[in-house]
Amino acid sequence: MTDCYKPRDECGLSSAIKDAATAKMPLVVRGAGSKSAMGRPLGGYAMSLTTERMRGVSLYEPTELVIGALPGTPVSEIDRMLAKHNQMLPFEPMDHRVLFGTSAEPTIGGIVAGNVSGPRRIAVGACRDSLIGVRLVTGRGDVVKSGGRVMKNVTGLDLVKLNCGAWGTLGVLTEVIFKVLPKPARSLSVGLGGMNDTTAIAALTAALGSSFAVSAAAHIPASIGSDSTTIVRLEGSDGSVAYGARELAKLWRSFGRAELIEGDESANLWLRVRDAHWLAQPMDRSIWRLSLAPSKAPHVLADIRQKLGVRYFYDWGGGLVWLAVVGADDAGASVVREAMVNTGGHATLVRASSEIRRRIDVFEPLPPAVLKLTQEIKKCFDPDRVLNFGRMYAGI
Amino acid sequence: MSKIRFTEPNREILARRDSIINDLTRLVDPAGLITSADECRAYETDALTAYRKMPLAVVLPKTTEEVSAVLKYCHDTGVKVVPRGAGTSLAGGAIPSEDAVVLGLSKMNRVLAVNYDDRFIRVEAGVTNLSVTAVVAENGFFYGPDPSSQLACTIGGNIANNSGGAHCLKYGVTTNNLLGVRMVLIDGSIIDLGGDYLDSAGLDLLGLVVGSEGQLGIVTEATLRILKSAEGARPVLFGFPSCEGAGKAVADVIAAGIIPVAIEYMDKAAIEICEAFAKAGYPLDVEALLIVEVEGSDAEMDATLADITAIARANGATTVRESRSAIETAAIWKGRKSAFGATGRVADYLCMDGTVPTGKLSYVLAEISKIVQRHGLRVANVFHAGDGNIHPLILYNANDPSQQSKAEAAGDDILRLCVEVGGCLTGEHGVGIEKRDLMRCQFDDADLAQQIRVRAAFDPRWLLNTDKVFPLDFRCQG
Ligand SMILES: Cc1cc2nc3c(=O)[nH]c(=O)nc-3n(C[C@H](O)[C@H](O)[C@H](O)COP(=O)(O)OP(=O)(O)OC[C@H]3O[C@@H](n4cnc5c(N)ncnc54)[C@H](O)[C@@H]3O)c2cc1C
Ligand SMILES: Cc1cc2nc3c(=O)[nH]c(=O)nc-3n(C[C@H](O)[C@H](O)[C@H](O)COP(=O)(O)OP(=O)(O)OC[C@H]3O[C@@H](n4cnc5c(N)ncnc54)[C@H](O)[C@@H]3O)c2cc1C
Repeated sequence: MTDCYKPRDECGLSSAIKDAATAKMPLVVRGAGSKSAMGRPLGGYAMSLTTERMRGVSLYEPTELVIGALPGTPVSEIDRMLAKHNQMLPFEPMDHRVLFGTSAEPTIGGIVAGNVSGPRRIAVGACRDSLIGVRLVTGRGDVVKSGGRVMKNVTGLDLVKLNCGAWGTLGVLTEVIFKVLPKPARSLSVGLGGMNDTTAIAALTAALGSSFAVSAAAHIPASIGSDSTTIVRLEGSDGSVAYGARELAKLWRSFGRAELIEGDESANLWLRVRDAHWLAQPMDRSIWRLSLAPSKAPHVLADIRQKLGVRYFYDWGGGLVWLAVVGADDAGASVVREAMVNTGGHATLVRASSEIRRRIDVFEPLPPAVLKLTQEIKKCFDPDRVLNFGRMYAGI
Repeated sequence: MSKIRFTEPNREILARRDSIINDLTRLVDPAGLITSADECRAYETDALTAYRKMPLAVVLPKTTEEVSAVLKYCHDTGVKVVPRGAGTSLAGGAIPSEDAVVLGLSKMNRVLAVNYDDRFIRVEAGVTNLSVTAVVAENGFFYGPDPSSQLACTIGGNIANNSGGAHCLKYGVTTNNLLGVRMVLIDGSIIDLGGDYLDSAGLDLLGLVVGSEGQLGIVTEATLRILKSAEGARPVLFGFPSCEGAGKAVADVIAAGIIPVAIEYMDKAAIEICEAFAKAGYPLDVEALLIVEVEGSDAEMDATLADITAIARANGATTVRESRSAIETAAIWKGRKSAFGATGRVADYLCMDGTVPTGKLSYVLAEISKIVQRHGLRVANVFHAGDGNIHPLILYNANDPSQQSKAEAAGDDILRLCVEVGGCLTGEHGVGIEKRDLMRCQFDDADLAQQIRVRAAFDPRWLLNTDKVFPLDFRCQG
């Protein structure tokens, strides 16, 4: 394996990056390290850099709803700390270990670098919406901060959002600060069975267009289990959830008889949605994540299913499709991208062999003017191209 | 004496004025080109009215293609461009310079698509904030960010300043409610970022554009998230005999796990001014007032308000007035939403916009009154308490130049204080020209240099809203 920098602090990290920049030696950036690579494969670089020694919660003010942490902090540690005060990270980040069959604990830096968000994203926003401040070391070795610890801030350009979801190609995050939310007093699910995709998305749309505290909405088609399940999660105060469940059952009367799912059964169901549990096995299938307007999703899926063997389900009310492709030598890229072309949405190849990921675009190809901007931005953060060079796009 | 400096206009551009205007006539519909001094005067300032500069010319394009043609021309010939929505910026963000063309979006005010199934609306950038909600209200939907200026301000201006409103505690600010934009870069190229789906591909350029104050490009269209309105909403007024009590009540509500849709704070000076103007029935025998609004079904609102009321009483609230009708609700909000206008009737004012950690609110308020007194002036405080975004209104007399510079100095001291306690210079109004020179309090050179490099990636010749946001002397070092 390669040599690995394991800086203890921002200063050490900065000098490691400066050394790499001077030597024009590309670095692979890791959180906990250990992962099957997401994104384009980085090839045989000599050095990697991990933030695993930079860990710990740096700031937590429960009454201000704000928490900050060093990048190598395991997400589970943050969850535990927040739980003590009955709070949570709002965006419900997925645990990729199910999908990748890996064991190292996800770090908060990796979550931010991937803008990883789960089912609650439709109600409270993505990781990038909760993230209010960052510190990072750029590819120049400069320590830069943006945002801060307060909820509202338009002072200067928003480099917080720019680095959230940049997959470590612009800078290495050294501190991330979030606004958090109180855990809902109650959470339950309302489900319908036996619906096809189009009707199911219509039911989810009706629920999301209501005012009943919907915090998640998914459809698991019959091809995954024995029967299809269309579910909505309600979260809030005791009273509002009970009321919402009653009203939603009425609203859904034309779709069928709604069933209540509570407690662990409900919680486990949403963990499975979050982690794309049903698609994890067998490991050799390629996995896609499609983001598009919910009303377009069933059409896109119908189109793809005519040409490819797939297993799939919908989250985000139909706006997110998880797709496992069976045995296509391009992971189904040509079919998937062709089906998406007129939707305006985008497709990301989440899991595939490195051989396939080397050949095809993992992230949605960008239009020329946007690609040019992306290149310019890369250049101004990381002129020597030392950080995760080529991870998102060739040359970036 | 005023403190804000303006750079010397480029003489070579001024000398070319006639030929520039002549060229512009070929690029936009003649009705959309304004060149006479009389008509240009409407564009010489924004809501930071103490400063004004006549622009070289004003263009009001009707299409993205016209915007593109104008920008390409300005880029190729080195002419500066100042984007403008409704000109309600409180930070001077839309104030032009003599050698710049103002590009106003006011004629691009069409609604392009409404989609209730996918919950979005697509509009041109010159559409006003309030009219977005007006379009979808008939179906029970609304657009989240609700700045007090919503009757006038445009979606393009909201995007440029990442504007918020009283209800952003629950619904977020512009950046959390924007799905996509069509934008024209300074070289005339037209790009789409995001769209009608979540989380755009590639780098989050959409997130970068929000709050960039017209420096990265001109937004011509926007796709906005619309939401179903709650079944009901009900505000309650709480009057407190002390500011500390009100501040503590805010912290206690949040610590109890309750997130109301809005928590607005007014001090005695603001209460008096607003009450005299709006006759909202605000109590005049208290030191501070909170407006807390909750939403939901009746039963749900009853339950939440009972909890909030108990917390307020425990912190000494002497007045508790729950709205019982739509008319009462409107009255309660009218007082708050007219705060700036009402203040403008009694005095000139400078509106500050720092954000502080909510735990520091009481301390900061006490310090603010000391600062303002030290400068021999008065202050009224009205702000979004739930997120710590404070709006001290420093009252002064603009006809007395010494008062203006005192007010500006007091404002600077207040913003320094915000940064010192862990906050920031501006929560929602933007840096503009007003806070440009304070940027170094919040950022060190490495931070600013990186921002400037990103800016240059979009606009290498620094033609878009040139003298805004960054300290004037910083650009050359970048
Ligand atoms: C679309 C999608 C695809 C995914 N694919 C994979 C995958 O193929 N393999 C996988 O293990 N997980 C994948 N994940 C999950 C996600 O990467 C992990 O949940 C998360 O990154 C776990 O953190 P980690 O510490 O293991 O990060 P790592 O796996 O070590 O790193 C993840 C990414 O974040 C970057 N990164 C990590 N720390 C920092 C930092 N401090 N500053 C800047 N950049 C940093 C890395 O360079 C890498 O690009 C995917 C998530 C999504 C949404
Ligand atoms: C009485 C009053 C109350 C206010 N209340 C609030 C409030 O509650 N919350 C809040 O957040 N703000 C508030 N504001 C501030 C102001 O209304 C907002 O900043 C608003 O978003 C500005 O919109 P505008 O259309 O007037 O933009 P302008 O003032 O015309 O421009 C603002 C900035 O945006 C740029 N810009 C404008 N349009 C575009 C475009 N299409 N593309 C790129 N850049 C563009 C300009 O160059 C400038 O830098 C208030 C202002 C007033 C006067």
